Amino acid sequence: MRTLVLGYGNPGRGDDGLGPALVAGLEGRTAAAVTLQTAMQLQPEHVLDLEAHDRCLLIDAGLETPAPFRFEPLRPRRDASAFSHALSPWALLHVYRTTLRRPPPPVFLLTIAGSRFGLGETLSVPARRHLDRAMAFVITWLADARAVAG
Amino acid sequence: MTEQHFRHLENADNPQNLRRVAIDPVTRVEGHGKVTLLLDGDNRVRQARLHIVEFRGFEKFIQGRPYWEVPVLVQRLCGICPVSHLLAGAKAVDRLVGVDRIPPSAEKLRRLLHYGQVLQSHALHFFHLASPDLLFGFDSEAEKRNILELLRRDRFRDIALEGIRLRKFGQEVIRAVIGKRIHGVGPLPGGMNKHLSAADRALLEPQLDDVLGWARNGLELIRSLYLANADYHRRFAVIRSHFMALVTGDGAHELYDGKIRIQGDDGKILFDQLEDQRYTEFIHEQVKSWSYMKFPYLAALGPEEGWYRVGPLARVNACDFIDTPEAEAARREFLQLDQGLPVQASLAYHWARMIEILHCAERIRELLADPDLYAGELEARGERRHEGIGVIEAPRGVLIHHYRVDDDGLVTKANLIVSTTHNNTAMNEAIRQVAAEYLDGRELTEPLLNRIEIAIRAYDPCLSCATHAIGRMPLVVELVDAEGKSCQRLARHSDGSVEAA
Repeated sequence: MRTLVLGYGNPGRGDDGLGPALVAGLEGRTAAAVTLQTAMQLQPEHVLDLEAHDRCLLIDAGLETPAPFRFEPLRPRRDASAFSHALSPWALLHVYRTTLRRPPPPVFLLTIAGSRFGLGETLSVPARRHLDRAMAFVITWLADARAVAG
Repeated sequence: MTEQHFRHLENADNPQNLRRVAIDPVTRVEGHGKVTLLLDGDNRVRQARLHIVEFRGFEKFIQGRPYWEVPVLVQRLCGICPVSHLLAGAKAVDRLVGVDRIPPSAEKLRRLLHYGQVLQSHALHFFHLASPDLLFGFDSEAEKRNILELLRRDRFRDIALEGIRLRKFGQEVIRAVIGKRIHGVGPLPGGMNKHLSAADRALLEPQLDDVLGWARNGLELIRSLYLANADYHRRFAVIRSHFMALVTGDGAHELYDGKIRIQGDDGKILFDQLEDQRYTEFIHEQVKSWSYMKFPYLAALGPEEGWYRVGPLARVNACDFIDTPEAEAARREFLQLDQGLPVQASLAYHWARMIEILHCAERIRELLADPDLYAGELEARGERRHEGIGVIEAPRGVLIHHYRVDDDGLVTKANLIVSTTHNNTAMNEAIRQVAAEYLDGRELTEPLLNRIEIAIRAYDPCLSCATHAIGRMPLVVELVDAEGKSCQRLARHSDGSVEAA
């Protein structure tokens, strides 16, 4: 099973870098069928990354997310996001469905709780704790094929 | 003569008595800028300006950093074409370590990286940002003018998807060379850190037939769109200027390393084979109080006569030939637009941009077959110097990085002239032309104001800092009356919904 783990956010903006930080922590610890990828923002091109995999995990940081993280299956949903530079995860799935004319593979969203998103900041102390908990969860999830069923 | 025909609209005589309309921010460009128009009681345009409203200060905070950090640091200037800053910074650092020419393998790897970068940046600009205006029409509803709407329409879906696939391919080339699509690591002082892997060659090469096909389709799209309404497109935002571009020793189109050529507005070559290391002798900059972006000009001609344009249109106009066959054939056809004279229409930038996408795809195919990418020396060494200058053709035009370092290798001075800055006078002249030709004396509407943005968009300006908070970008349009009171205000929220504020 080909799995994509895509962490997105800006590492130059404090806890916004939680997604890329988790992916960096997975380097060298995953099977060959797992693709690790980072991005600043979700863009239409990521549809083509989803297309090449059987299941996908998107990892973001959330300001109002209950600590330490929230995990949920995603459904396509059209929203009014006006910027093709920064799609919401559900809008990305909607673009997938309308563009490729078929349902996307199972996609899950892991949102890690963050609190400080200032320019030039590093990860906050609470965010690092949340990151450790999320990392343990992702490693288990990757090993557990049943997770595909949501 | 490159007289600014609409220069009289730069400064109104009595601005306090005029109605002010602001387009803030300019949309579907990289970064933040705004346009202000001052109108009198009869809706006659008295002033039109493009303002760059963000102060970056990048040159200041590079100071004090060790020179070897520079290429990685300067990538953070931009989220769209970080590779341009990486490469210009790397070329400057090569000079700092006493290397005037890096080994062939390293140069070819950098070129591959650069062609991937130009291809993806041009695809992003044309398909994501500019094509909705051209395909839906200048007067179409604002909500429709974006790539997602193109993808939803049966008639545009295939071409939009090809644009996305083109960009993805360019991003994959970048990842193959420097490890990541954005902010990867590859160039070292005097060379590169690794060869291309056989696995990445196996991934990229099979895609090239498709990539070339998509590039041809994109070129045919802009060609047919432009020619379908040729008179209008030729006149819209047209200005007459000189052009600046890098060329090779024999005058070929060049993106990574060449000499500077200045072509006059009449097609004559004014200056040729200028050494990029001596740019301070022939490029000077003017400061104006109302913009954070400077106004460069040719020192020999002065600020009134010496302004010029850079970017795809400048490169395709100024070169003697393009050294890949399909792009060269496209260039020859393009130059027939104005009977062999330089093409001056702002919207022709899009056409030139698509010629360059095809050129990049052709070049990438050549390079992937070159054994030097997979073996050979990667790093050269020399005697340390205190000054280094790196110049490349970024997607948007000539990009200059200039550093001075002390004996400890710490940067004491940095000067960056980015591509968009070269086009500052041209963009202002273009919006003044549009304001005078299309808006003057008319009741302003959103489609009319969009024409201002279309003129700016043709230049693909990169005003970006690439670090704005997602979903928190301020988006407010405000109409202010002659007394300075706000008449109308619209705000766009993070979910994209718009309401009166």
